[in-house]
Amino acid sequence: MELNSRIPSGPLAEKWDSHRFQSKLVNPANRRKFRIIVVGTGLAGASAAATLAELGYKVDAFCLHDSPRRAHSIAAQGGINAAKNYQNDGDSVFRLFYDTIKGGDFRAREANVYRLAQVSTEIIDQCVAQGVPFAREYGGTLANRSFGGAQVSRTFYARGQTGQQLLLGAYSALSRQINSGGVSMYNRREMMDVVIVDGRARGIVVRNMITGAIESHSADAVLLCTGGYGNAYFLSTNAMASNVTAAWRACKRGAAFANPSFVQIHPTCIPVHGDYQSKLTLMSESLRNDGRVWVPKNKEDKRPPAQIPEEDRDYYLESKYPSFGNLVPRDVASRNAKEQCDLGKGVGSTGLAVYLDFGDAIKRDGEDVILRKYGNLFQMYEKITDSNPMVEPMMIYPAVHYTMGGLWVDYNLMTTVPGLFALGECNFSDHGANRLGASALMQGLADGYFVISTSIGNYFGSETISPVSSTDPAFKEVENDVDTRLQKLLQNSSGGPAGKVTVDDVHKEVGRLLWDNCGMSRNRQGLEHALEELPKIRDKFWSSVYVPGAGEDINQSLEKAGRVADFLEFGEFMIRDALSREESCGCHLREESQTEENEALRDDDNYSHVSVWEFKGDDQAPEMHKEPLVFENVTPSQRSYK
Amino acid sequence: MSSIDLTLKIWRQKNNDSLGDFETYILRDISTDMSFLEMIDVLNEQLTREGKDPVAFDHDCREGICGMCGAVVDGVAHGPDRETTLCQLHMRKFKSGDTIVIEPFRSIAFPIKKDLMVDRSALDRIIQAGGYVSVNTGGTVDGNSIPIGTETAELAMDAAACIGCGACVASCPNSAAMLFTGAKISQLSLLPQGLPERKERARSMVAQMDKEGFGYCSNEKECEAVCPKGISIRNIARMNREFLRSLLLGE
Repeated sequence: MELNSRIPSGPLAEKWDSHRFQSKLVNPANRRKFRIIVVGTGLAGASAAATLAELGYKVDAFCLHDSPRRAHSIAAQGGINAAKNYQNDGDSVFRLFYDTIKGGDFRAREANVYRLAQVSTEIIDQCVAQGVPFAREYGGTLANRSFGGAQVSRTFYARGQTGQQLLLGAYSALSRQINSGGVSMYNRREMMDVVIVDGRARGIVVRNMITGAIESHSADAVLLCTGGYGNAYFLSTNAMASNVTAAWRACKRGAAFANPSFVQIHPTCIPVHGDYQSKLTLMSESLRNDGRVWVPKNKEDKRPPAQIPEEDRDYYLESKYPSFGNLVPRDVASRNAKEQCDLGKGVGSTGLAVYLDFGDAIKRDGEDVILRKYGNLFQMYEKITDSNPMVEPMMIYPAVHYTMGGLWVDYNLMTTVPGLFALGECNFSDHGANRLGASALMQGLADGYFVISTSIGNYFGSETISPVSSTDPAFKEVENDVDTRLQKLLQNSSGGPAGKVTVDDVHKEVGRLLWDNCGMSRNRQGLEHALEELPKIRDKFWSSVYVPGAGEDINQSLEKAGRVADFLEFGEFMIRDALSREESCGCHLREESQTEENEALRDDDNYSHVSVWEFKGDDQAPEMHKEPLVFENVTPSQRSYK
Repeated sequence: MSSIDLTLKIWRQKNNDSLGDFETYILRDISTDMSFLEMIDVLNEQLTREGKDPVAFDHDCREGICGMCGAVVDGVAHGPDRETTLCQLHMRKFKSGDTIVIEPFRSIAFPIKKDLMVDRSALDRIIQAGGYVSVNTGGTVDGNSIPIGTETAELAMDAAACIGCGACVASCPNSAAMLFTGAKISQLSLLPQGLPERKERARSMVAQMDKEGFGYCSNEKECEAVCPKGISIRNIARMNREFLRSLLLGE
């Protein structure tokens, strides 16, 4: 497998400019001759679909919800970064680039990250022009806040609903194109497979979730904007329907997968409280700007938090990292919470929680100020836990949140399959081994609004793409594969549930296996154990899962079963990747590779590369390829937040 | 944490062409820390193990923001808790022995797909008719060159908070979508970015609303009472002013 990252030559700051100049263009009159499929309508998908239709391409957009406005980008709370330097606090494109590369523990490509920082400023302008109601200062200028891991204030926000407002902005642009006929919108369709003709991605096969019909759609290029795979763990902050299916199906058709073990565990989530729990809820990281994290100094101390005096509290982040304190990056904050709980100092009924205390902030700023900043988050917390953070400290614990790993893409966001592109969380490109807060929204919109249009023009302009219709035998073949697989999922439904397991039973089991062995900290023994256990769970799934109903109707159990089946296959990539990377970096802590202070210890001599996995067959181990990471503008250093 | 026993009466309907009816289910030992949707998950696991068809219902983020979930619980859209989506309603709001009646959001413009699932694409079509600023990607001015006072920004944000769940429609005796439409029209008419298209926007969004079969506001305020995001009916007044303005000022 050839991995050509196609990084433009020349100085870092000029790469994007010179790349745009060197990229081929498509004449405006010819654009309507090209059809582009966009799968997913989150920030990346909706912005790409709208932008490409504005340019004159024919776009078919697909989502599995009842409306394109529901994608999980909508749940992002905190904000979006941009190197505007509106606050005159020393920010710059280079600083945003540097922070992102360093935050990712030097496991991302310099050129991609620099481009991200460059276009970040345009994103804000675009969103403002759409009418996104960002927070404002009294003089009417845009407000900023500092956000997890940054020492400058570069985060733009719309209350605690930034993702919602940015997505509704992209959705409004998409709606305008649907209205004008530039985009054909297909709701309630789940992508089941990608169709390759003569080595190029030429379409997709989807299941109509209302009628059960298997439909083929052909195009000249396919964009996957299908998000991350955090739900492999069963419990995560992802939406219930978030899944790996589109990316995994593409991988099985030849698109390589990069760094599948890089999973971000977010430090501020509401702790798990029961077996029936269906998902975890994130509390925005912005809370760490004013909240202080602590546990009792003495693990025997079971007093309610209000009765524990200052001297008996351990503000472990502040004492361990005096310069960043409670604002250390997510991976560091998460691991430290786990460490405190492993030491027996965890709080709450399960002992798997730490306090996030607003007492001092309320004393300092007053109740009004704190409520204005965090009121909606406090309200959400109280609804779920029945406890008021204005009165007693929040309890938080880390949870799976975002996946930095994803489909491998070159500088053009093209996967190893020509004509198949991956945007947003679905690709691996910008966050290395750890993503900084408020950078996911930035990347999704950068890819969709500003990067993909150049890539698409260049692809269509430099290749001859012969016409293909959805009646081509290649589509029929994939439809048959999809149908066979659905029938296999339903094979036990006629026999009734006796002696069978449900989809959720299996999903919980694989989730627990991954969380325990391929979660916040990893070691060889655990990973090897997981690699042995996973096929057993997979066998159990296929031999005894009971999926009620039939395929020709709305069948939410069948939808879920298909997604879990893919997690069961994809999980092996995650484990193998974690096993092969015998260093610690960012989110990936190999217990064998730590500094004396239990910080992640990188091994740049041996692991300064992207691990790129190629699917080799259902019964064969995948093959790993390496894309070396070259640092010409920054010097990888041991991250220190002390 | 405590647990409660419940009787559920849930609307079951195969599809829009068939007739539906209530089915009764008994649930025991439901933790009061569960969310309402987790309670339905438990029911669905129970039904699956009994070889019965689970209840179809829309849901996704379970954080109260995607707008995918929603049902009428004991006659109230999204249930008894104010400013709360169904996914954020928790079982501690119920008592052991309660009978809970669960129905889909009903409106002529929301055809039932199955059980509690309805088709709300009519709301998308209202947005498609003009719920946007017609600006292409690129070529925009610097964000700070459009100053917007905090009060205006806050009012616009209040309106923009709509999650498009359709509870306003389901609770309105006239099946009006005026809170939904008014919220978008308000957001864009409050902000300077939306002003160039305000006349056209009000006219086409209202026309689309009519075309979809939604009714008109008769000041019942039911929509505001059930709105999970607390959107005020002042937005309907603002929409009416925008609509009137576009008629008076003509082409």
